[in-house]
Amino acid sequence: MNRLKKCMRLIPLFAVMAFLLAGCGSDKLSALQPQGPVAREQLFLMKFSLSIMVLVTIVVFAIYVWVIVRYRQRKGQENKIPKQVEGSHVLEIIWTTIPIILLLVLAVPTVYYTFKHSADHRADKNAIHVKVTGHQFWWQFEYPDFNIATAQNLVVPANKTIALELASADVSHAFWVPSLAGKVDANPGPVNVLYFQADKIDMFQGRCAELCGASHALMNFTVQSMAEADFQKWVDKMKSPVTVPADAKPGEALFKENCMACHQVSAQGLGVGPNLNGFASRPYIAGVLDNQDAAKKDDNLHKWIADPQGQKPGTKMPAFGQNFGGNLTDDQINQIVKYLHSLN
Amino acid sequence: MAQTHGVAALPAEPEKATLEGKNKLLAFWTFLGAECVLFGCLFATFMALRNQVPDGPTAQELFDLKTVGWSTFLLLTSSLTSVFAIMNMHKGKHGATQLWLAVTVLLGLGFLILEIDEFTHYVHEGHKFTSSAFGTSFYTLVGCHGAHVTFGIIWITTLILQGFKKGLTVVTAPKYYVAALYWHFVDLVWVFIFTVVYLMGKVGH
Amino acid sequence: MANAHAHAHAAVHHEPKRYTGLMDWLTTVDHKKIGILYLIAGGFFFLIGGLEAILIRTQLMYPDQKIFVGDTFNQLTTMHGTTMIFFAAMPLLFAFMNAVVPLQIGARDVAFPFVNALGFWLFFAGGVLMNTSWFLGGAPDAGWTAYAPLSSIIDPDGKFHGVDFYVLGLQIAGIGTLIGGINFLVTIINMRAPGMTFMRMPLFTWTVFVTSILITFAFPAITVALIELMFDRLFHGAFFEASRGGNNVLWEHLFWIFGHPEVYILIMPAFGIISEVVSTFSKKRLFGYSSMVFATVLIGFLSFMVWVHHMFTTGIGAVGNSIFAIATMAIAVPTGVKIFNWLFTLWGGNIRFTVANLFATAFIPTFVMGGVTGVMLAVPAADFQYHDTYFVVAHFHYVIVGGLILSVFAGLYYWWPKMFGRMLSEGLGKVHFWLFFIGFHLTFFPQHFLGLMGLPRRYFTYMPGFGLETGNFISTIGAFLQGLGMIVFLINIIVTARKQKDAGNDPWDGFTLEWTIPSPAPEYNFKQTPLVRGLDAFWKEKMAGNKEMTPAEPIGPIHMPSPSILPFVMSLGLFISGYGFIYHHYIVSGAGLVITIISMFLRSLFDDHGWHIEPEELEEHKGGKA
Repeated sequence: MNRLKKCMRLIPLFAVMAFLLAGCGSDKLSALQPQGPVAREQLFLMKFSLSIMVLVTIVVFAIYVWVIVRYRQRKGQENKIPKQVEGSHVLEIIWTTIPIILLLVLAVPTVYYTFKHSADHRADKNAIHVKVTGHQFWWQFEYPDFNIATAQNLVVPANKTIALELASADVSHAFWVPSLAGKVDANPGPVNVLYFQADKIDMFQGRCAELCGASHALMNFTVQSMAEADFQKWVDKMKSPVTVPADAKPGEALFKENCMACHQVSAQGLGVGPNLNGFASRPYIAGVLDNQDAAKKDDNLHKWIADPQGQKPGTKMPAFGQNFGGNLTDDQINQIVKYLHSLN
Repeated sequence: MAQTHGVAALPAEPEKATLEGKNKLLAFWTFLGAECVLFGCLFATFMALRNQVPDGPTAQELFDLKTVGWSTFLLLTSSLTSVFAIMNMHKGKHGATQLWLAVTVLLGLGFLILEIDEFTHYVHEGHKFTSSAFGTSFYTLVGCHGAHVTFGIIWITTLILQGFKKGLTVVTAPKYYVAALYWHFVDLVWVFIFTVVYLMGKVGH
Repeated sequence: MANAHAHAHAAVHHEPKRYTGLMDWLTTVDHKKIGILYLIAGGFFFLIGGLEAILIRTQLMYPDQKIFVGDTFNQLTTMHGTTMIFFAAMPLLFAFMNAVVPLQIGARDVAFPFVNALGFWLFFAGGVLMNTSWFLGGAPDAGWTAYAPLSSIIDPDGKFHGVDFYVLGLQIAGIGTLIGGINFLVTIINMRAPGMTFMRMPLFTWTVFVTSILITFAFPAITVALIELMFDRLFHGAFFEASRGGNNVLWEHLFWIFGHPEVYILIMPAFGIISEVVSTFSKKRLFGYSSMVFATVLIGFLSFMVWVHHMFTTGIGAVGNSIFAIATMAIAVPTGVKIFNWLFTLWGGNIRFTVANLFATAFIPTFVMGGVTGVMLAVPAADFQYHDTYFVVAHFHYVIVGGLILSVFAGLYYWWPKMFGRMLSEGLGKVHFWLFFIGFHLTFFPQHFLGLMGLPRRYFTYMPGFGLETGNFISTIGAFLQGLGMIVFLINIIVTARKQKDAGNDPWDGFTLEWTIPSPAPEYNFKQTPLVRGLDAFWKEKMAGNKEMTPAEPIGPIHMPSPSILPFVMSLGLFISGYGFIYHHYIVSGAGLVITIISMFLRSLFDDHGWHIEPEELEEHKGGKA
């Protein structure tokens, strides 16, 4: 009985855990809270396969609990030799055929959605096309239809098919926005494709899901969905020439001197580092530090420019702060921060 | 004691006469199975990469079937001579066994010399290990086979030298036998290399 | 057999070389001692891998912690995975294969005692080589899967050689595993006692047989993958470099053509252990023996057809993904057959919950949970969400820890008396079991949800505010509990080692031949080779009222192989050669290889005639020493 009691004690524990964990997570990040048709269909597949499996599990667990309770050795039975059974053809056939039938049932939606979700939408005229390139450790997004390029924050219109073409500039990465669609690898060789659609206007979290080096865990990005009109406005703004306010001019000069070798600030510039056009409107600095909280964002950007390694180990960006071996004073970095935060 | 064994005392198939011999044969067949997977993976790699030549000569420009034909002739003949060796071993003729194995080794050496010459030639034409994925996979596959031939030559030479001292016994017979098996396998791999690497490189794309 | 004997008699009756102390362990070719060596070495690496796991969980206990970040964390996960798979799980299974299989088939030894020792020393050399990387500039950090081109990037400063240690360590250990697999394959085919037909072999032996076949055909694939990676890293090859026409997906294929059979190489013997333990402790013969054998063979066969399910997100395309999805689902059927057969073995039994059986019965539901998530993972479109997340981490830990490690513990408590002549403490064993079992579920159950809630694997940190905190915290507490369980187990080993030998021949009322001989087994195993008259040979005799097996031969001198230091020296040669390659000192590599090749020549030139244990010695030898 001892064993059974202990098993029973586990049940509330699991119940509590299930309560804490099941069905929750953030609607910005969780695959369990889909915000678009692709992720929704994938959640359906999860639930469908889980239901079939729960069916099997219940049968197995029921038999299991029954046998370990019912057939325990009791006092005085130490020498009893139970009836020996070689096997049973009927039972063998039952537990071979039923699983086969269950798996065939599962196989139908499996194949259907596998084809559906691997579909190539690159030729779809109504879709928004984006070329995604993974870099250690940031994401580059090019919109060939609009001749613009951006990074870290993928801006898309809601309720529209977004057709991605993915590649990598260095090692393999994987593009994953759990609440919108499953992931696909971005390889240095042949390109892969992925499509998704966001149901509503929101900001979704994206993650790199293929080990890509020291800061794999920090290669975050966001997908920002907006109304069609707002998206058009964003595109126009990205294409219009950058206007720099007077108090950011010294920062711009410093930026040109120190940062331009890697970072572009233009409609379609590509470089070793991310294009920073429209930087101030991005939710995160380098994918990980808050860029919207008015109280923190300047400090965060300062911290990043002064000591990128400290924020994101293994990043290719060198340190600029004098305390970290760079050549810029705190004032100079503040100027650059002011300039970058003027880029709306 | 080995020398006291007369020829007549040897059973018909001396390599299988003892449990040790049987174990050795079975283990070696299994090992050859593993070798098949090894070469299979190398072939798969080569097939995947053989047209990846961003820089340097392609297979079609490079290969000269005449040299390779001579290599093939030497190696296939050596397979035949190793069969003669085993046939003589089964007849209990130790001297002839040794002699045919020696011929096998010489033919193997001839193959190796031709191969080294061929590789030198390729390198001069810009087909290097590092020049392209084609180069890397070519030298790895063909080189791995060449390494097998080299190992086989050293192995069989050792056996011949041992043979002078130990004679033909139920202990040495399995050694001869598995070495011959190995040699056949190496030849068989060459047939595939000739087809997949050279013939397909010349005509197929 | 007869011929072998004739030959053995012809061998010279010279004085056997016998060593004591350390030299005995370095030169032994006795499969029982090699089994113990595998157990000690595998256990040691298991503790190292476990420590790495605890460190990983400590870093992830709270969001935004900075204890082990960046490459350090990647080194921990890489070494944890590689150590656990190649240097803990594999040798622990080889420990059982060595300690049990020859006894179960009524053999005096394995087919190739010398090769057996060589296999151990090569594995050990590889494991030590790889773990020394911690002290030599950093451990490998590209994941245990070492995907190119991350793994083929060379440190421009030339200081970091982590992945080279991975490449060389695994190649050396891999040769050891391959020859070990071939050895057991031949042993099981050729060395069975008279009457031990294939369909009378104990299920553990059957699973080892299938595992050996899988080892033989799977390990060459990783050898090729590692050679290609080595050529890219050391000699500037272009296998995986896109700019020169290479292809990184090639690595993934080769790795998983090996990698998937590998997980079945691991789990098969676990199935075998469970079959033995469950049937012994319910006092019932295994239900559906022949269907169990068939399921084992079928799983082994299918395991080569499903590797792409590890690569659904690589971009293989819908056709390939669908085919491999269906093939993967098919494996669930024979696996289910096994589960039901175990349940119906227990059904109607007289079940004793010894610690061994606690682990074995806990295996069943745990493994079922790992199995069902396996089927879920086989659905490609859903796998686009699961892939490379904590859901996968949870799945494979349910299968490998919940499946393999639970059965390794079951096997240890079950066969410990046969290996060491002493019974492990049941009281401490129960504490060990409950701590480990509860800790295990606490660690890995929440990870399913963490994955679905958006946490990819191999992340050294996560942002607060996305609902990932609770699950990670619980998971870390669970890992600590498992660590506690292991400490209790170590105490149990120490306590047991300090007491008198107390195990009889047959402490559990067993079914199979290993329980017919003294504990620990004498070095010649069977004084007289037993005659096997049916499946569960010993049980059959017991039921017929016999206390012992009927011998198949009269008592006579027993031929034994000589101990040899050559396996150790050969491995040492490759070990040295490995460092030569890692540090590009090719003279050192050449010297190491020469040591190995000279040892091979010595082995070939000087025949081992072995030695004999005479009948009069047999009586004195009863206990043997362990």
